[in-house]
Amino acid sequence: MNLLSRKAMCNSHGQDSSYFLGWQEYEKNPYHHLHNPSGIIQMGLAENQLSFDLIEEWLAKNPDSSGFRKSDKLIFRDLALFQDYHGLPSFKKAMVDFMAEIRGNKVEFLPDKLVLTAGSTPANETLMFCLAEPGEAFLLPTPYYPGFDRDLKWRTGVEIVPIHCNSSNGFQITKSALNNAYKTAIKSNLRVKGILVTNPSNPLGTTLTKYELNLLIDFISKKHLHLISDEIYSGTVFDSPEFISVMDILNNKKLKKTKVSNRVHIVYSLSKDLGLPGFRVGAIYSNDETIVAAATKMSSFGLVSSQTQYLLACMLSDKKFTKKYISENQIRLRKRQEQLVSGLRASGISCLKGNAGLFSWVDMTHLLKSKTFEDEMDLWKKIVYQVGLNISPGSSCHCVEPGWFRVCFANMSEETLDLAMRRVHELVQVEYKRETHLSLL
Amino acid sequence: MGILLELHDTDDQEVQSPSVELSKIAVSSAHGEDSPYFSGWKAYDENPYHEIHNPSGVIQMGLAENQVSFDLVEEYLEKHSEKALFGKKTNSGFRDNALFQDYHGLLSFRKAMASFMEQIRGGRAKFEPTRIVLTAGATAANELLTFILANPGDALLIPTPYYPGFDRDLRWRTGVNIVPIHCESSNNFAITPEALEAAYETARGLNLRVAGVLITNPSNPLGATIQRKVLNEILNFVVEKNIHLISDEIYSGSVFSSSEFVSMAEILEDRKYKNNEKERVHIVYSLSKDLGLPGFRVGTIYSYNDKVVTTARRMSSFTLISSQTQHLLACMLSDEKFVEKYIRINRERLKRRYEMIVNGLREAGIECLKGNAGLFCWMNLGPFLEDPTMESELEIWKLIVNEVKLNISPGSSCHCSEPGWFRVCFANMSENTLEVALKRIRDFVDKMEWKRGGRKPISGNGAGDCKPN
Repeated sequence: MNLLSRKAMCNSHGQDSSYFLGWQEYEKNPYHHLHNPSGIIQMGLAENQLSFDLIEEWLAKNPDSSGFRKSDKLIFRDLALFQDYHGLPSFKKAMVDFMAEIRGNKVEFLPDKLVLTAGSTPANETLMFCLAEPGEAFLLPTPYYPGFDRDLKWRTGVEIVPIHCNSSNGFQITKSALNNAYKTAIKSNLRVKGILVTNPSNPLGTTLTKYELNLLIDFISKKHLHLISDEIYSGTVFDSPEFISVMDILNNKKLKKTKVSNRVHIVYSLSKDLGLPGFRVGAIYSNDETIVAAATKMSSFGLVSSQTQYLLACMLSDKKFTKKYISENQIRLRKRQEQLVSGLRASGISCLKGNAGLFSWVDMTHLLKSKTFEDEMDLWKKIVYQVGLNISPGSSCHCVEPGWFRVCFANMSEETLDLAMRRVHELVQVEYKRETHLSLL
Repeated sequence: MGILLELHDTDDQEVQSPSVELSKIAVSSAHGEDSPYFSGWKAYDENPYHEIHNPSGVIQMGLAENQVSFDLVEEYLEKHSEKALFGKKTNSGFRDNALFQDYHGLLSFRKAMASFMEQIRGGRAKFEPTRIVLTAGATAANELLTFILANPGDALLIPTPYYPGFDRDLRWRTGVNIVPIHCESSNNFAITPEALEAAYETARGLNLRVAGVLITNPSNPLGATIQRKVLNEILNFVVEKNIHLISDEIYSGSVFSSSEFVSMAEILEDRKYKNNEKERVHIVYSLSKDLGLPGFRVGTIYSYNDKVVTTARRMSSFTLISSQTQHLLACMLSDEKFVEKYIRINRERLKRRYEMIVNGLREAGIECLKGNAGLFCWMNLGPFLEDPTMESELEIWKLIVNEVKLNISPGSSCHCSEPGWFRVCFANMSENTLEVALKRIRDFVDKMEWKRGGRKPISGNGAGDCKPN
């Protein structure tokens, strides 16, 4: 048989990683409170299922938005024909307003600098195509979202060089970590084109501090690099410290409209904040006209359905709705995170102090036999197969310290979360008993 | 656009030499938007025709859109809005749908697509839902297949004339080359084994590894289906060379008479799905043309090769279809009554439009290639060129855009090797507008005749003296 391309034959799609294997195990034996109460509980999926009722309530009150109607006039044809890669103007306006509202209206975004894409997955890939040649590199702080290995590298040929962060300072980015990563890249003969950070962080569930943001801006300024700030969780910040947008920092440093601000690009999406991953709504925001122009043309390969653009334009232009949604959603997320954190605490397990996201970064290092990734894998398998929880091992996120796990809390009911906590408690009892027994010998 | 130089710290040994800030891809012109195809569009954007508000504006005849059958879809929506659209009901299934981002796609939608594709082919080929990969439009499907089947630097052989967008879709980010398979009017632009072989040799001569052949059937811009005999020859060719075959069938539902379209799927069926034949065939489909829904971004790849299906599915993460849209179309396309009625009436209307334009052009002394499909006709202005050159073609094209005020697509933008051919769309406007366009063409031809041969301008007939070469 004839060949497929190198891209088709390689493993860069990343689907052999444990991140996806745990998913597969879950699919074989999924928990259901009635039909399969002993099944695996999915805690590896960063979905926001807490605030659908608010959206459904809005939809019921505004049927025109999903019925292709505007002021009761059928606009089906115009929408069906609308394939302009510049996007529906009303939708782009609504998006930038929503993004500004999430940032407390401290920054302003212009619709002309926004490029719509079918989710943040193609947004990140498109930026790689625009900013780097095959073989060039981007620096990413670890731990990072496992999907980046595929999204940023697979078809683009771009390399990722990790900026290693560790628990000694809550996994924050340091100057020396940045410098080391840069040096490592140079030593490997890789030209570094930029840094990509996720803020709030996946999997840490924390927002970047002012210090870290300033560090990053100074670094890219000095080394002539780009900075991509993936802010898809920006609407999920439920606790202090407040979310600081990279655009805010640029303003503070009086770098607005400079070459540096042209090298800072934001990625956004409605998949996490609004809980609509199926609708495929993502965006790139950039001050650089050339990038906006190139990314806009590239978005032809992944446009947002006009049907969906229209629905969301209606919804997000309703400022009463967005205000209520943003605050109520945050309240519910905080409560749910607290339930997870206190549940784990009762089992002697602590979490990194998080203020955002749909997950907690959990410290199970003390449950490892030895601080190795082999033991982390053993513990993970125990948790998936014996305890029945699909959580994400830190190694799949390229964490340098074994024993950390990402545990999602916003994609299940309170009762299911409760059950998950009870299962963890049982595991720890068993482990603890054995440990105690051994230490008595 | 070149390298942006910036001063850097001379005492910092580690700073790299001044870097190109953006990638080559970002600054290249392989996106193709500097071609005439797009500048005609600009002329239209600046002065668009409107029956009432701007009756002397530019009429858009360069956009292959199907606007003739919207009423049928709107009628369906009126009757079935509860089911197909989320809204009034609670527990409408909204949340499950909003969460659904599985790259396999909604099973109900895949089944509906498979069934729709079968009905278009009159049941002469079967499609399995498990082999359908969903993408946000055929644009994405074609690029995706190129990433999977070819390495950067490889070549795809494509018969000319071809859809100008391919230059971007297949080459831009993939780094793959296109080598044309030259087709000529002497045999109605049919693809011949000699032309296939010649293209292959050309590629090899350029040291390019040939990854496959891509055909569009029915053809854009020819507006004609590919004959069964030719399809068999093409399949033989790709088998002999051990390369892939992509069959872009996005206009398959726009064939005026169902029996005249032969899908690559049927050829495989006839040849009993031999392993070493089917494994190299991949079909692209979309709802943008047949259903007139380009805004909804619905494309598919249908492959008989398991590895291609798996890989394409994973890659489709970069270009998934909105679950909201999948749901609507799953409802609509699994409604057999609607589908049967739509396919039949849509065909009839397109045929009528085609006849209207071809006859109207003939009255003006202009002949078209004999077509049987699509949303456009392939018009021959060869006899009206000053010289049989591309320059003359562009001259006459500028006249038509700027003075006659019709945006049509010059054959050179489609890489046609013979000057003087133009693609003219007819399904994206009302019948009245089409009449206006035809009148403008008649007047234009009369004027040209008069300038050239000193004949007085006549209105209406005069076709008898104008024959194509």
